[in-house]
Amino acid sequence: MMELLAFGDTGWGDELLLSMVMTILVSTSSLAFGLIIGTIFASFKLSNSYILKTIAEFYTTVVRGVPELLVIYLLFFGGSGAVMYVAKIFGHMGYIELSPFTIGTIAVGAISGAYSTEVIRGAILAVPKGQFEAAQTLGMAKYTMSFKVIFPQVARLALPGIGNVWQVTLKDTALISVTGLVEIMRQSKIAAGSTHEPFIFYTVAIILYLFITSISYQFFNRAETKFSKGFVREVS
Amino acid sequence: MRFELMYDSFFKIIQGIPLTLEVVFLSTIFGLFLAVGVALMRVSNNKIFSNFAYYFIYTIRGTPLLLQLFFIYYGLAQFSFIRESFLWFFLEDPLFCGILTLTLSTAAYSAEIIRGGMQSVAPAYIEAGSSMGMSKMLRLRKIILPITIRQALPAYGNELILMVKATSLISIVTLMEITGIARTIISKTYAPVEIFIVAGSIYLLINFIITRFIKYAEYRLNHGSIQ
Amino acid sequence: MRIIKVFTTLLITLSLSSFALAGDWSKIRVGTEGAYEPWNYTNAAGELVGAELDLARDLCARMNADCEFVQQDWDGIIPALVQGKYDVIMAGMSITEERMKTISFSSAYMTEPAKMSTVKGSPLTTLSTAKNLNLDDDSAATKGTIGTLNAALKGLRLGVTAATIHEDFANAYLDVDLKIYPTQDEMNLDLSAGRIDAALSDSGTIEAYMGTPSGANVTFFGPNIFGGLLGEGVGAGIRQGDADLKAMFDKAIAEAAADGTIGRISTQYFGKDLAP
Repeated sequence: MMELLAFGDTGWGDELLLSMVMTILVSTSSLAFGLIIGTIFASFKLSNSYILKTIAEFYTTVVRGVPELLVIYLLFFGGSGAVMYVAKIFGHMGYIELSPFTIGTIAVGAISGAYSTEVIRGAILAVPKGQFEAAQTLGMAKYTMSFKVIFPQVARLALPGIGNVWQVTLKDTALISVTGLVEIMRQSKIAAGSTHEPFIFYTVAIILYLFITSISYQFFNRAETKFSKGFVREVS
Repeated sequence: MRFELMYDSFFKIIQGIPLTLEVVFLSTIFGLFLAVGVALMRVSNNKIFSNFAYYFIYTIRGTPLLLQLFFIYYGLAQFSFIRESFLWFFLEDPLFCGILTLTLSTAAYSAEIIRGGMQSVAPAYIEAGSSMGMSKMLRLRKIILPITIRQALPAYGNELILMVKATSLISIVTLMEITGIARTIISKTYAPVEIFIVAGSIYLLINFIITRFIKYAEYRLNHGSIQ
Repeated sequence: MRIIKVFTTLLITLSLSSFALAGDWSKIRVGTEGAYEPWNYTNAAGELVGAELDLARDLCARMNADCEFVQQDWDGIIPALVQGKYDVIMAGMSITEERMKTISFSSAYMTEPAKMSTVKGSPLTTLSTAKNLNLDDDSAATKGTIGTLNAALKGLRLGVTAATIHEDFANAYLDVDLKIYPTQDEMNLDLSAGRIDAALSDSGTIEAYMGTPSGANVTFFGPNIFGGLLGEGVGAGIRQGDADLKAMFDKAIAEAAADGTIGRISTQYFGKDLAP
């Protein structure tokens, strides 16, 4: 068993460790991409425009109602086709190389974004009305108000929810092995197939995921403590 | 877009709906029983029970479902002592492995939902029950359970939708449910986008119906409740 | 609006003409699966290796081209070629009429019959059939062999890999409980574990598996199956538009077959000469 998990060219240890780094990287970039999408669509949902609201509603309903695997497949096969179609209009021919990492980030980010939308929307709604009013009374511009008053509070309020979204995102990256990105799931599958030792490699994969989970759990706990520091609960 | 192909494959793919629903139904039922057990262990004062429940939930929620499925299906089958035991009678069957994986998964998630629901029961209600001379079982049945269910229902509705989506993974272990049939059609037509749009719409429809159903149940339960 | 229209038309025309000129094959991207030992697989160093990788390097050298390998799962291997993710498929893919509706093929570089396998001790191992089953041959003997095979397998669980000639064969000729796997590796594991009663695949792959400790309990039964919908051997899949690339591959393959390179590579990986 030690031979199988050895480092170097004879064992799978280094490959598995590398795949864990890849999982962390792609999860992080997907979460970040998802948070950007989430912020945009959350503001759509809270806007007064019927069209924007409908678009955001459609996005979250579809992404949350269709299996992640299908969303990833669709973006994988349809995504590069769509990019090429657009590029063709602008005169670029041939295949546009989107790296597996990019496709994976877009696909998992799109899923993660739907959950982030709800989390951010909830957090914005949870900011007390008085804060907006106070900022306006002080004569703050809309931009200043958003960045100086509202955003820090949204970040704090959304943090526990983002922790959950992170967990979902981390696990969804297991499905992007279809794009060819060698993350934990794909690497353990390759190793299990090549050595005919599924038990060992899937056990190692479980341990690697739990390792990431426990680190990120501590990270989010610390962040929550840090962000709530100096925050005085409102007397209601 | 090849609309004719989408139209034709729709009628093939819907033949996978019964299997999808069967897996959802069985895993949900088994998972719910297991979840109640895990939730009770989690809130129990016995350290061993509560720790066991904690780590069970932690492991299941911390690892991808696909990996759990591979572990149960291929990982366990590797050992001849398992293949020669009575367990093989169950584990040999891909359908059983699929249902087992989903049952464990939903049990872990639902246990937390149920725990949340239980903790939302105000101690005053239980005290009121006991001061009226209600037995422990009667209090559970008349006070704790109804409140827990009402509190947990919205989150549990989400869990049901996650379950429907999760069934798409079992096509990887040879089961021909919605996604399995879709993949088969794709392997012959090379039209992944079209076929997956059809399959995705079917899932969306199933989940829409479940959402409506849960909304209705919430309405019925909250109707006439005194908050 | 008019200007935009003219501009777009111009761009498309330009791009189309540039497409027609695209025939620079100094760099060829080869798509392969990496889970089909010994054709193409992944070693413990995480590298793609196998008979087809060696052959591809040899063919590219003959064509004065740089080869670049791209891993792609089997179920998306043809769509990704069509989309342009790579230029050639070399992944143990048989040349069939069905696939030729979507892509074209070079001439065959290796040929190998399909064969059934099961675990030692299975009643199927005692099945006696003709040695060969040629699906191009329409005789009564062929029908008899299929009949024998079918009677022995009736209702049993037969494993095949998705989107293969073996799946097509099972669908066309056999009345079995068909189990479809995404990769050969997964089917091998289930064959050893006893989740399927028999497997149908190309013989070289399963032979490689028999040489490993977990595949030691696997054995062949039944005839060598070839011809008909099983295709005309394994070839390089190429986009239908790239006739020039196909011609280059045909020439290189003919050379490699003539000077014994294909024989040498296949003997190294399969233990026998698979040259067409």
